[in-house]
Amino acid sequence: MEIVLYAISALLALALLFGAILGFASIRYKVEGNPIVDQINEILPQTQCGQCGYPGCRPYAQAIANGEAINKCPPGGQATVNALAGLLDMEPQTLDAEGDEVPVTRVAFIREAECIGCTKCLQACPVDAIVGAAKQMHTVLADECTGCDLCVDPCPVECIEMRPVAVTTRTWSWPLPPNGALIATDRRGQMS
Amino acid sequence: MNAQTKLIATSERKIWPLTGGVHPAENKHQSTGMPIASVPLPETLVLPLLQHAGTPAEPVVAVGDKVLKGQLIARASGVVSAALHAPSSGVITALESRPIPHPSGFSEPCIILTTDGADRWCELAAVNDYRRLPPAELVARIRDAGISGMGGAGFPTALKLSSGLPIHTLILNGTECEPYITADDMLMREQAQAIIAGAAILQYVLGAGQCLIGIEDNKPEAIAAMRAALAESVDADKMEIVVFPTIYPSGGEKQLIQILTGQEVPSGRLPADLGMVVQNVGTAVAVKEAIVDGKPLISRITTLTGAALQKPHNVHALIGTPAHHLLQQAGLHESQLSTLVFGGPMMGFSVDRLDIPVTKTANCLIAATQAEFPAAPDPQACIRCGHCAQACPSSLLPQQLYWHARAENYQQLLHHNLFDCIECGACAFVCPSAIPLVQYYRASKGAIRTLEAKQAQSERSRARYENRLARMAQESAEKEAKRQANAERAARLKAAKAQEQVAEDDPVQAAIARAKARKAAGAPAKVALSGEQKELKIQLSMARAQAKKTERALSACVDDETTKKLTSNLAMLNEQVAKLEQAFEGGSAEVQAEEKRVKIARPALSDDEKKRKVELAMANAAVKKLQRALDGASDDDAATLKQQLADAEQRVAGLKLALEGRL
Repeated sequence: MEIVLYAISALLALALLFGAILGFASIRYKVEGNPIVDQINEILPQTQCGQCGYPGCRPYAQAIANGEAINKCPPGGQATVNALAGLLDMEPQTLDAEGDEVPVTRVAFIREAECIGCTKCLQACPVDAIVGAAKQMHTVLADECTGCDLCVDPCPVECIEMRPVAVTTRTWSWPLPPNGALIATDRRGQMS
Repeated sequence: MNAQTKLIATSERKIWPLTGGVHPAENKHQSTGMPIASVPLPETLVLPLLQHAGTPAEPVVAVGDKVLKGQLIARASGVVSAALHAPSSGVITALESRPIPHPSGFSEPCIILTTDGADRWCELAAVNDYRRLPPAELVARIRDAGISGMGGAGFPTALKLSSGLPIHTLILNGTECEPYITADDMLMREQAQAIIAGAAILQYVLGAGQCLIGIEDNKPEAIAAMRAALAESVDADKMEIVVFPTIYPSGGEKQLIQILTGQEVPSGRLPADLGMVVQNVGTAVAVKEAIVDGKPLISRITTLTGAALQKPHNVHALIGTPAHHLLQQAGLHESQLSTLVFGGPMMGFSVDRLDIPVTKTANCLIAATQAEFPAAPDPQACIRCGHCAQACPSSLLPQQLYWHARAENYQQLLHHNLFDCIECGACAFVCPSAIPLVQYYRASKGAIRTLEAKQAQSERSRARYENRLARMAQESAEKEAKRQANAERAARLKAAKAQEQVAEDDPVQAAIARAKARKAAGAPAKVALSGEQKELKIQLSMARAQAKKTERALSACVDDETTKKLTSNLAMLNEQVAKLEQAFEGGSAEVQAEEKRVKIARPALSDDEKKRKVELAMANAAVKKLQRALDGASDDDAATLKQQLADAEQRVAGLKLALEGRL
C-alpha cells in the first residue's frame, strides 16, 4: 500500500513541477498577435489592390487565417496560391479569376498632357506611388507602382492606363529549356 | 604570408589540381598565326552605355557634339559603373537604342559616333612616376579611365581595387582556358612588358607583397615572352610566373585561386576576403595605359576566329566597332556563316545580327559554320551516370540541381548552392544525354533573382502602404482635434457674449441685439423695410442727433437759465427717442408679420381695399407731416402736436387693422 502512495505522490510532484514550468513558459514566451497572419501577409504580393474583396493584403491575410479561400489573389497568381497552400498545409486550389496563371506585371501610366491635376488618383493610390498636387500634373513612380489599378477608375478624364512593364536586358533571364523526357520511356511513340 | 613569400623565393612552386574540369578541343592555333592587326577606322562606332557589370553610364554629350579621341562621353553613374570615352574623333550623331551583345538580343541605349577619319587625340594626363601618387589617386584615375574587367564578366576594376580589405596577393589571369580564344595569348606574346608594368601598378595600388601570373601550359610562346619581360623588369623579385597544366575551366577566378594557392573561396565570399585579387592580363595593360600614358580604355584585343573566316586572327578593335566591320577584315564568307558567337564556345552566346558592336568584354568573335557548331542534339533522359558531378569545378551536384530546376523547387536549388555555379558548361559538355544543363541553371538563377526582386518590392510596398495608413490616421486625428478646439472656442465666445449682454443692460443695445438675433434666426433674411419704417428710422436718427446736439450745448453752457431750459429739452428729446425706437421696433415686427401674410395671399385686391389702402397711405403721410412739425416745434407746440400725432397714428393703426381684416 505504501508503495502505491509513494508512486502517486511522486507523479503528483512531477505533474505540479511540469505544470508550473509550462504555466511559466506560456506567460513568459507568449506570442503577441497571430503569427500565421504575418506569415500569410508575407506571401501575399502587397499590391493592396482589393481584388480579393478585402481592403488590402493584411485584411485578406487575416481573413485567410479565419478560413477564407486562398485562391482570391489574382496579382499573386498561381504561385501565391501554391505558396499559401504549402504554408497552410492545404490542397492547392486553382486561381479564382480569369486571365493568366502567371500575371503580367503592369504599372499605371498617366498621359501627362491630358492630366487636369484633380488629385483623385493620388488619394486612390494605396502605396503613395503617384506624385502631384492640385491643378498640377501628376505622374506615377513606376518603381513603386504595384499595378493594382485602383487609380484608373477615379480619373475623371481617363488619362491613366495600365502598361505592361517592358523586359530589358537587366530584367531578362534565360528561359527554361523545353521540357524533355524525364525517363527514356517518355519518348515512346515519337518515332514515326 | 611569410610562408608564401618563401615559396616564391624558391623556383619550384606547388600547384594544386583543379576539382573536376574537362578537355574540350582547343581550336586555338587557327588565330595565332598572325600578329595582332589593326583595323581600318569604321565609319560609325556604336557605344552601349552598359558594357560592364552594374548600372549604365550616363551620357555627357549631346547629338551634334564634336568629340576627340579619348574624350569622356558618358560618366559612371553610381558606385558599380564605368565611364565611357570616345574611341576616335568625330561627331555624336545619335543617342538611341541599338542591339547590343546580349543573349536576349534586346536593344539598349547607345551613343552613336560618326568618325571623321582624323583620329585626333584629346589632351592626355600621363603620370611619370606613379609611385609618387597615393594609391587612392591611382584608383580614381583607373576609375576615370573607364576600365572594367577585360576577361569577360566586366566588373569595374576600380571597385575591385578598393575593397578596403588587406590584400597580400595579386593574381594575374593569363589562363585563357576557353577554346578558340587567343586574345590574352597574343597580348602576352606581344605586350609582355606592358603587362608586367601594369601588374606592378596594381601591386602598388593594392599593397600586395606578391604577384602570381598564372598561365596554362598550352601557350609556350606567351610563357617565354612573359618570362623574358619579367627578367628585365625591376619588379622581378615580387612577381612569379606560374605555369600549370591546361584544363577547362582553370581560368575562373575561384578556380585559378585554387590552382595557384590551394585555397578555396568560401561560398558567397570574395577572393578579397582571403586577401587576394584576381585581374586579367588585358586589364593590367589597360591600367598601365591609363596611368603611364593617360589613355582611357577605348580599344581591346579581340580574337576573330571560326571556320567561316578566311584568315582568323587577333585585332586591336576600337570599342563600338560593329562586328561585321571586323569580320570583313578577317575575310568573312557570309554564305558559310551559320552562327556568330560572342565570347567562347563554352560560355559565350550566339547573336543573330552582324551589326552588333564590340564591347569592353568582347574577347572573341566566332564566325562558325554549320559543320563547326551543329545544332544541339535532342536531349535524352538523364541516366544518372554522374559524369557531370565529376566535371563540376565548383564541387556542385549538377544532377540534383537539374531535377530541382525542372521542378522549379527554388528552396532546394539554394540549398544545393546553385549560385556557386560559374556556368562554365563542363557538366553539359560531358553529359551523354546532351541535356542543356547550364541553361536550366541560368533559367533558375534568373527566376530566383526575379522572385527575390519581387519579394523586395512587395516588402517595400507593404512598408509604403503601412506608412500611408499611419499618415492618414494621423491626419484625421489632427483634423478631429482641430474641429474640437474650434467648437470649444466658439462655445466660449458665445458664453462670454451672453454675459456681456446681461451685464450691459442698455435698452438700445438690447434692442439692437434683439434685432440682430431676429435677423439671424429669421427665415426671410432680408426683410425690406417699409416706407413707414424708413421714415421712423430717419426720425429716430434725427432725434438722436438733436439730443446729442443739446447735450453738447448743455455741457458748453454756463448760464443757469439756459441750462435749465436745455436740460428739460434734452429730457424730452430722450423721451422722444425712446418712443420712436419703440415704434420702430414694433413697426418692423408688424411689417414682417404683414409681409408674411401678403406673401400667402397676394392676389386680387378689391376696389374697396384699394381705397382703404389709399386712405392708409394718406394717414401715414399725415403722421409723417405731424412728426416733422413735431421735430421743428417749440416746447409749447410740442404737446399739442404730439397729441395730434398720436391720433393720426391711431388712425393709421385702425386703417391697417381694417385692411388686414379684409385681407
